[in-house]
Amino acid sequence: MDTSASVGFFVLMTIVKVVLVILILLTTIAYLTWLERKLVARIQSRWGPYLVGPHGLLQPVADGLKFLFKEDIVPLEVDRVVYWLAPFMAFTLAFLSIAVIPFGASYKFHGYEVFQLTDLNVGLLFVFAVTSLGVYGIALAGWSSNSKYPLFGGLRSSAQMISYEVSLSLAVIGVLMLSGTFSLRGIVDQQAAMWQSGGVLRFLPHWNLFLQPLGFICYFMAAIAETNRVPFDLPEGETELVGGFHTEYSSFKFALFFMSEYANMVTVSCLATLLFFGGWLGPAFGPGWFRLILPVFWFCLKVFCFLFFYIWVRGTLPRFRYDQLMAFGWKFLLPLALLNVLVTGLIIGWVG
Amino acid sequence: MAILFYIAAALAIIAGLSVILQRTPVYSALSLIVVLCALAVMYLLLGAPFIAVIQVIVYAGAIMVLFVMVIMLLNARRESATDRSRLAHFLGVPLLIALLVELLFVVWRQFPVASTHPAAILEGDPVSIGRLLFQTYVLPFEVTSILILVAMLGAVVLAKERVKGKG
Repeated sequence: MDTSASVGFFVLMTIVKVVLVILILLTTIAYLTWLERKLVARIQSRWGPYLVGPHGLLQPVADGLKFLFKEDIVPLEVDRVVYWLAPFMAFTLAFLSIAVIPFGASYKFHGYEVFQLTDLNVGLLFVFAVTSLGVYGIALAGWSSNSKYPLFGGLRSSAQMISYEVSLSLAVIGVLMLSGTFSLRGIVDQQAAMWQSGGVLRFLPHWNLFLQPLGFICYFMAAIAETNRVPFDLPEGETELVGGFHTEYSSFKFALFFMSEYANMVTVSCLATLLFFGGWLGPAFGPGWFRLILPVFWFCLKVFCFLFFYIWVRGTLPRFRYDQLMAFGWKFLLPLALLNVLVTGLIIGWVG
Repeated sequence: MAILFYIAAALAIIAGLSVILQRTPVYSALSLIVVLCALAVMYLLLGAPFIAVIQVIVYAGAIMVLFVMVIMLLNARRESATDRSRLAHFLGVPLLIALLVELLFVVWRQFPVASTHPAAILEGDPVSIGRLLFQTYVLPFEVTSILILVAMLGAVVLAKERVKGKG
């Protein structure tokens, strides 16, 4: 099918894309930590990091160096294989789901898609599969540490994650019914038109947010719980469980957990923009080459808004107690997501 | 394409052997997860991407998580070999090999290598699977879900502690 030259070109192109995307993602994660510290500080009427570099902008660099050079303490009775496997597994899986996220409009360079690593026709399910496997990183980290607090943290976190995965998947079914495809690029393409009904609504884009408001709310709450963020971060809350599942991890392995949590945040925010906010769609203007870059900019802007909201919620809300958390997931969010599926199905069947 | 199949198959076999040969239960569970992921790759190669991803989500991502959680809660440590019976110790592996050779022989006779089976009679996309599940096979589908519900209820009832003096 392919000559060896085109296979070589495909491999080269893919490697270039992968390296670029991973570098951008790593930088995003590093500066997301900076943003979080600054925003939470401002919410709490203080400054946040401002000594290292202007406005503390070199703080992530300092943190990274700190993590590399810190002493690596390994407790005595840990299960060696799993103790080392868990953070690498969490990190790898967190970065794996970026492979199917489209950043910009479809532009093919010599036949290969530029703004997406790969367009799977089951792209959305792939992200869910990777999220499901991500539970193992945390559960195994908690178990292998051979200590009470990490074990509880790991168990609580894995139970929480699998509970909210159900609501997450159900909340998305409404979007899937509307778009008819699992491919993420297809879901965004389906939102491309402007609102058809005319009148004042004519200026609104045809985002799934307006068609699926309940779905979006369920999705975002389930996503915050899925990424173990406040208000659902009991498994790693300092005041409850010391450090939770990453208590016994130091320096580089802890950095891997830290980065995987932020990478999960980024992934979930990317999914939220793709599914409900029209991904890279936005007003297009300017010359030809500018029109290529502009969708990427809109995408990044929307993802940034979600990350801002994540950090805002972190600075504002208190933590759920664990039984409250599980009750919320199973008794409120799951029926709400099911109701959304039901209502969406009924309306689609009625309107046709 | 064929090399991907051989890699996935080899991985599945090695991980499968690891499931039964490991001393620590958690390692067995992890090896089972590797087996399931290798099977998902093989489903992909057969042209069923939906089934492959659902396998990972449901089996490797939900069911095995519960397995791992139970193993973690039981705090099952490294097992030691129990050498109870010398007869079983010496006859075990040869008899197993004999059984496997017989099975292989029967399978070989049944499906000779020369005959080629059509690769995919059915489509693998979600629409076709949805049609099969909800139109052709809707009764087994619903009965299976009721069966799972009954099993869950049974498990809850069996595990529930008897509170003395109350109902």
